Amino acid sequence: MILRPRLEDVKAIGYYLGRIILALGLAMLVPIIIGMSAGEINPIFDFLIGAEISLVFGLILIKLCFVEKDLSWMQGMIVVSLSWLVAMLLGAIPLYLSGHWKSYLDACFDSMSGFATTGLVLAQDLDHLSYAHNFWRHLIMFLGGQGIVIVAISFFVRGASGAFRMYVGEARDERILPNVISTSRFIWLVSAVYFVLGTLSLSIVAMLNGIKPFNALFHGACIFMTAFDTGGFSPQSQSILYYHSLPFEIVTIVIMILGALNFRLHYHLWAGNRREIFKNIETRTFFATVLIIFGVVAFGLMQVGSYPKAALLFRKGFYQLISGHSGTGFMTIYAAQFANEWSQIALVGMICAMALGGAVCSTTGAIKMLRIGIVFKALKEDLKRIIMPERAVIIEKFHHIKETFVEDKIARSALLITLAYLGLYFLGTIVGMLFGHSFANALFESTSAAANVGLSCGITGVNMPAALKFTYIFQMWAGRLEFMSVFVLIGFIVAAIKGKK
Amino acid sequence: MMMRSQVTCHTSQVKVKGLVLFLTCVLCLATGDLFAQSISSLELINNAKLYEGKVVTFEGEAIGDVMARGEYAWLNVNDGQNAIGIWMGKELAGEVSFTGSYKSRGDWLEITGIFNRACLEHGGDLDIHAQAIRKVRPGRDVVEKLNTGKRNMVFILLGVLCAVWILKRLKLK
Repeated sequence: MILRPRLEDVKAIGYYLGRIILALGLAMLVPIIIGMSAGEINPIFDFLIGAEISLVFGLILIKLCFVEKDLSWMQGMIVVSLSWLVAMLLGAIPLYLSGHWKSYLDACFDSMSGFATTGLVLAQDLDHLSYAHNFWRHLIMFLGGQGIVIVAISFFVRGASGAFRMYVGEARDERILPNVISTSRFIWLVSAVYFVLGTLSLSIVAMLNGIKPFNALFHGACIFMTAFDTGGFSPQSQSILYYHSLPFEIVTIVIMILGALNFRLHYHLWAGNRREIFKNIETRTFFATVLIIFGVVAFGLMQVGSYPKAALLFRKGFYQLISGHSGTGFMTIYAAQFANEWSQIALVGMICAMALGGAVCSTTGAIKMLRIGIVFKALKEDLKRIIMPERAVIIEKFHHIKETFVEDKIARSALLITLAYLGLYFLGTIVGMLFGHSFANALFESTSAAANVGLSCGITGVNMPAALKFTYIFQMWAGRLEFMSVFVLIGFIVAAIKGKK
Repeated sequence: MMMRSQVTCHTSQVKVKGLVLFLTCVLCLATGDLFAQSISSLELINNAKLYEGKVVTFEGEAIGDVMARGEYAWLNVNDGQNAIGIWMGKELAGEVSFTGSYKSRGDWLEITGIFNRACLEHGGDLDIHAQAIRKVRPGRDVVEKLNTGKRNMVFILLGVLCAVWILKRLKLK
């Protein structure tokens, strides 16, 4: 029997949602400062309107739903899934007001693409966008990559157990430090240190490449935020191709890889445990998959002679591969070149890279290395059981901070999430094919959306049918949250409709 | 009779030669026009192999920064569909006065140069190595007009926000 949710469930959800919305409203003050420093007028109004609507909405929710109880698991999950939808709707307000998005749906698409660190773009005339709006696009990617709820947990949420439930709901089930609030703050510390170092490096490279100091600093900060949070937005319409610079590409590759690593691994590296990087199942799997898939991509590119020299093939192929594998989505080629100049086998390689993703508890999307590693180990264990004598005791272990046995429960959980991702990739592919796209292109774009990558082979565009936009929005949302909180929200809605009092 | 036929033959030869010359001129003009006609970024990107290594003319707005690299410079030019990187000598880059951004419309340029699908010199970038640049329309600064509708909305929402804030404080007390 399904029970209808109680009023106190709704109130608890509303109260915490209100606090998260307040945090979002306050975040909109940052682009106002950027706009003021660049001497922009109307963009500041756009953000004031967005911030005011958010603050009013947040305050009303807090007032109407005031509770003193901590969140239950179900409530925490629903707060997370709803926060991302509300963040999309509110974050899209200043974007839409700028006039660079054709419709509010397009602004919502880019807002979700930003928060979910995807990087697919529907903005029009990006090269004339204000500094304030451009910074907001990158900032939402940074906030989304860190986790909207992490932002709120770090500064606005009291009650450690409720905070932990929301933390888990946001697809982060690893506690780096004993307390989840300390963990969130550690994630911010790591990001802040890398932010300073990364922004400085990129700004210096940009200045040496002939970009004016203010622009160099702006581009440095924006590109850092979207590279480290494996998002993929860039201030100009050409993505990284705009810079025509090998040093810039190298620095972004380093930042993308750092973003694709587990924050727990960062913690151990910072604590001086450098051997962990060589022993960890995630880094080993990442290294292996990069090598194998690069072989496939390189073979595919050589097959059709896409690049006349090996050095060019390496530069273009490796960059798109790391960008896809880390879930970033930066491009140094045009979207149409994927479809026109890359062979089918190279595209298959890219689709695999995008589908796999980076580490768990990082800013990447997709299936992720830990799960791939565990599934592989479980398969190896089963094969050994068949081959070895029946009496043989077969044990498989993996190293992820500590040695862990591959138990059925762990393998089952990894396999279930893997299957859910595969299902999500195919859902978007079918919808894409219904709108007349080829299987390869539809699969490429769908995987890119669901794995929160942002590479495009040209399907994503302002003239894309609304149904496809909704599909990709759903994929970006469900893919970023890793399903559980989305399923709980769906269950909650079903219970509210069909449940008994 | 013989003389007459020779004269006729000579006349027809002159006519044929004239026709050939005329057709050659027409063809030359037509070909010249073909090269002078600008090609869109979409056409260049979608049919990159067709234009590879050829002299093309591309038109668009200079955007972003003029990025000086030694004796050369990179400039990105957007025709409204895509931006393409233009590699040019510093002296050509010096002719660009405005580049497109939120506060300015960039110079509208016509670039004639060699198109590269995967440039050997520049790490496989799709680019154009400019040979000549013509400023079709000069750029300008964009004066931002105050949007009074947005300003009024800001004040109305500020009022609502204050009211909600006061109500919340009252309730808590």
